Parts: sequence; structure tokens; C-alpha cells
Amino acid sequence: MNIAKPNSYRSGPDERGHFGIFGGRFVAETLMPLILDLEKAYTDAKADPAFQTEMNGYLKHYVGRPSPLYFAERLTEHLGGAKIYLKREELNHTGSHKVNNVLGQIMLARRMGKKRIIAETGAGQHGVATATLCARFGLECVVYMGAVDVERQQPNVIRMEMLGAKVIPVQSGTRTLKDAMNEALRDWVTNVHNTFYCIGTVAGPHPYPTLVRDFQSIIGNETKVQMQEVEGRLPDSLVACIGGGSNAMGLFHPFLDDPSVEIFGVEAAGHGLTQLHAASIAGGRPGVLHGNRTYLLMDADGQIQDAHSISAGLDYPGIGPEHSWLHETGRVTYLSATDDEALAAFQLLSRLEGIIPALEPAHAIAKVMELAPKRPRDHLMVVNLSGRGDKDVPQVGEILRGKTK
Amino acid sequence: MTTRIDTRFAELKKQGRSAFVTFLMAGDPDPATSLEIVKALPKAGADVIEIGMPFTDPMADGPSIQAAGLRALKAGMTLKKTLELVHGFRKDDNATPIVLMGYYNPIYIYGVDKFLADAKTAGVDGLIIVDLPPEEDDELCLPAMKAGLNFIRLATPTTDDKRLPAVLANTSGFVYYVSITGITGAGAADSTAVSEAVARIKRHTKLPVCVGFGIRTPETARSIASHANGAVVGTALVDALRSSLDAEGRATGKTINAVAELTASLAEGVRGARAAAE
Ligand SMILES: Cc1ncc(COP(=O)(O)O)c(C=O)c1O
Repeated sequence: MNIAKPNSYRSGPDERGHFGIFGGRFVAETLMPLILDLEKAYTDAKADPAFQTEMNGYLKHYVGRPSPLYFAERLTEHLGGAKIYLKREELNHTGSHKVNNVLGQIMLARRMGKKRIIAETGAGQHGVATATLCARFGLECVVYMGAVDVERQQPNVIRMEMLGAKVIPVQSGTRTLKDAMNEALRDWVTNVHNTFYCIGTVAGPHPYPTLVRDFQSIIGNETKVQMQEVEGRLPDSLVACIGGGSNAMGLFHPFLDDPSVEIFGVEAAGHGLTQLHAASIAGGRPGVLHGNRTYLLMDADGQIQDAHSISAGLDYPGIGPEHSWLHETGRVTYLSATDDEALAAFQLLSRLEGIIPALEPAHAIAKVMELAPKRPRDHLMVVNLSGRGDKDVPQVGEILRGKTK
Repeated sequence: MTTRIDTRFAELKKQGRSAFVTFLMAGDPDPATSLEIVKALPKAGADVIEIGMPFTDPMADGPSIQAAGLRALKAGMTLKKTLELVHGFRKDDNATPIVLMGYYNPIYIYGVDKFLADAKTAGVDGLIIVDLPPEEDDELCLPAMKAGLNFIRLATPTTDDKRLPAVLANTSGFVYYVSITGITGAGAADSTAVSEAVARIKRHTKLPVCVGFGIRTPETARSIASHANGAVVGTALVDALRSSLDAEGRATGKTINAVAELTASLAEGVRGARAAAE
């Protein structure tokens, strides 16, 4: 697009946390020393083989990895084009990809001697994963969740409380994910001495976008190996939904330097791009929020605008900075799916494959429904099924009942 | 380059007293009342005026200042109107330093160079931008210095001796010591800890050190001011303003006085302090 193509798409960020003009460390001075500590702890951990060995043990026996790469035969038949594979992240312990990242961060927190963990959550999947690992390792856990999301994702609120976490409904601002993140940052500034902030997506100040990406890259790394085993080659395309972009980055990153692989991220178009939505690349421009420069939804004065999505996990007016860079370099194509398209995909996958997806990856499935029919039968398409739909069953049930009435 | 900030602190030093620094949100509860409030501050005893630039997502602010920003935005406040407010204030007062405080995004969207030029023309003297640590100095700090504006940095209890030189390197005007780890409006400043911290900062810089966060009463203002070159009060003033509003959050006949009266009693507290040792 409008910037030069790099030699590699996988070498970022620079030492100051920049992906092109995106990323950085836009935080209050109080937090700066902690962020530098975290960066150092992460660098040390990466160089320590014991860290990886311990993590691999938990990934295998606690999370249940590797997650299957499953050929969705009936969906493929129905769409009549590309051969569709689902990367089954919804089968992980706790029901989504979020646990991959949380495990990594909790192990870092342990290395750093932090006993209190805070997190923000939208759909509650990141909150549940954090509450789960805090229970497993005996750490105090506080989860900030927008009051609107507490209402629409009740099953996850109950799960977090059962796991011993304290869930704090956030009443400020739009009372969704962005405000939960503000409130978590306020907690962190206040409790810097003993608290580790476990961010749930590839956003926030450097080094978070990088470390979350690295912990999630297991999704793409496994996919590469599994596809080689079943088809003997690379996939031709990848599709994933984007809230902050962690499940997408985890799948995409290992393939960025394989030019034959087409890559599609799917943002939430809510009621439609001309109305309320959560598609920051389609409808936003670069700005600075939550510690990094990235595409954001905002007004002419730089005030952040309300996002809207049927899916609490995608209802965020920003996107991880590396995605903004991948958009500007043209390596990844960003599409969007509306609430209604996601609902239709949610039902289609449930009926055809017996898999009830979360509303978030239903957005990815919605675009697969458009992309797959236009591609030949030997085209291999992988979609990240980032989470299961149990948490959405009450909400979707109510919407569908309302529609048939 | 000498700004109104440098001049004001030099005067106060001669008088042997510390500065009383006020913080209020631009456009709270509406642009016209806000201008009248700011105009009333110097007479009531404010030596330096900080004006908040409203932002939807103020990550370092507590509920009072969050609500003040939302009241201002609801009343149509923008960054352009904040600069107009400063311009309006400058018509009658060319001596009291004005510092704009807030978050980077509205400035980034306004355009850094245009903002600095317009701020200078309007009569702004300094900037405090919460989410721009020294690591991001290229963004606004260095251009602001070039444009003749002070870039005032926050130092916090987590800024240790190793980090202080980096924090102080491109700072001018004064240093703002945040007396607690936390958001605005929370906690109370502990005067012993503050005096140690100020002494520590002064070992690294000749700049005046003002202390803020957690000062609500004339008594605390006095005790903090005796250890520092200035005491900053924000949340208490914003709360006094809010208490004067009607049920719909609109200004009443009491609003301007409510802020002016609290300013006067806090200023008296600061003036009661003996000057900080150099
Ligand atoms: C199942 C699932 N997928 C996707 C997301 C969106 O986050 P990200 O874009 O970081 O993967 C969420 C967030 O809550 C989620 O629960």
C-alpha cells in the first residue's frame, strides 16, 4: 500500500517497540519502570530453556495442546469451493485461544515474584483463562469487565467467580472492553509494587504486543506442521477474527514470510460500517490509546468513539499495532463482518459441523462463507476457531427467539 | 528562552514562598463558565494555572476528573476551544503561567506542529502530557522545546535514581512530583515521604519541584508547600465545582464563587508555609 515492503514481515518490533510508525510505549511515568522490568524479564525468560520446557509441559497436559486441525467436510461441501480447515482453539482448556497467552504471562509473573494479577476482559474468555491459571498457581486475581459485558456474558462471570477471581464491573465510559482496560491501567498505576497486568490481546505498550504474539504463535506453528502432515504443503489462505488481534496474530505470524499464503483478518462491522461498528482499520485512522499508536475509531477532535459489536470480545475501538502495520504494508487484508452475518455463520457452523462457535470467530466464518466459494477445490483455507460458543448461548438464544416471534 | 513559568518561579523565590498551582478541566461545566472560573483564579491566589484538556479515556485520572472531562465534552469542548479559552484569559492577564495538561491523542490528531504554534499564540507556557514518558520524547517534548514551550515531566515514586536523569533530561519549567502511586483523587500525600522525594529530585536538578496528587485541604497544602516549590490541587477544586452544579450538571450562580473560595483558602494554606530550602 503506501509504505515500502520490508525484507521480512517477522522481524518487528524495533528496540523501542515500533512496527513502522505503530506501537511504542505511551504510558504514565509510574508504569514505565515496570514495563522496562517486564521487557527484561521476558528477554531473560526467552533465553532460558527451562522456561520453555516448563511451558511446554503445561501446554500439553493442562491446556491440552496441540489443538486439532480439523477438515470441515460438510462446511466445505456446502460452500462448494476451498477446502476448509478449522484450527480448533475452542478445544483448549477454558474454551479459547486466550489461555495460550495467559499461561505465558502467568509464568513470567511468577518469575518476577508478582503475587497479584489483574486483567481486563470483554467476552470474559481472557478473564476466565486468567482466573483459571491464578487458581492453578495460587495467585490473587482481579478482573475488570465493562458493566454491559457483565450482563451479556453472564456464564463467564459466574465461571470467573467460581475460580476465585474478583470480577469488578466497570461503570465508566461506554462500560465495555475499552473502559475495562482503562480501569485495569488505573489499578496497575495504583498497585505497581505487587501487581502484574496480564493483557489479553496484542495491544498495550511495548513489550505486550510482542510477548502476546509470541505466546499465541503456537497456533500458527502447529498449523504449519499439521497441514504439512495432512496435505504435504502450506495452506493457501488464513482467516481469523480480530478484536485486539491476538488469535489472528498467533495464526498469521509464522506465515507472514510465506508469500503464497493469502491472509485475511476480520473485524466486527456491527450494524454496518456506516453505522455503529468496531472495525478500526476499515473505519478508523492512526491515533494513540492504551499505550500504543494504532488504528482507532475517533472523532475529528481525537476523542475515542464508541465501538459496537454483538460480540463482546470484538467490541473495542482499536486493534493491535502490528496489525496496523501489516495493513499499511499490504501483507494482510482486513475485511469486516456485521452482527447479522456473524449470527448467520454461528448457526451455519453449529448445524453443519456440530460445533457451536463463539460469536467472535463466527465473524471469521462469515467471511469464509464469502471467500471459500470463489476459490478452487484444491485451495486450502484455514480458519481460526478461536473459541467455543457456550458463553454466547443465552445471548444468541434470546436474539433468535426474538427474531422468530 | 524564558517563559512565564520561569519568571513566576523566580519572583516567588525572591518573595521566599512556594507556588499554589490549581488544576481544573477546560470547558467544565461549559466553555463560558470555564473561562470565567479561570479568570477568577489569579485573584483568588493561584500562582500557576493548569488546565486539563478533556479526553474520553483519561487513564491516570480518578472518577472526579473523569467526570469533569465528560461534562466538558458533553458541553462541546474541543482542543481548539481549549486554546481559545487560554486566548480569552490572556486578554486580561499576561503574567500568570498557563500549563495545559492531558493526554496525547487529541494533540496528535490536531497535528503536533500546528498545535504547538497555536498554543504559543494563544499564550500557553507549558505542557504536561501524562502518556508521553521520556522514551517518546521525539513525539512532542522535543518539538515543544523548539517551539518555546516548557515540557513539564511527571516524576513518581517509581522513578528511581537510575531513571531520574532520563526523566529530567528534557524537562523545563518545573518538575511535577506525583506524590502517590495511583490516579488523581486517590490517597493522601504523606509529607515525610514527599520531603524525602523532593530532596532526592533536587539532587538531580535546579528546576523548581511542585507536588501534586492527594492534596485536598489547606493544611496538607501548607505542609507539602513547606517541602516543595509548589503544591498542586486538582480533584478538590473539581469536586467543589461539581457540588455547585444543578441536577442536570449545569452551572449555577454559585459555581464561580465555589471554586474561587476554595482556591483562596488553599492559597492561604500555601502562603502560610515557609519557603522550601534550596
Ligand atoms: C473466542 C474469542 N476469539 C477472539 C477474541 C478477540 O480477541 P483477539 O482479537 O485478541 O483474538 C476473543 C476475545 O474475547 C474471544 O473470546
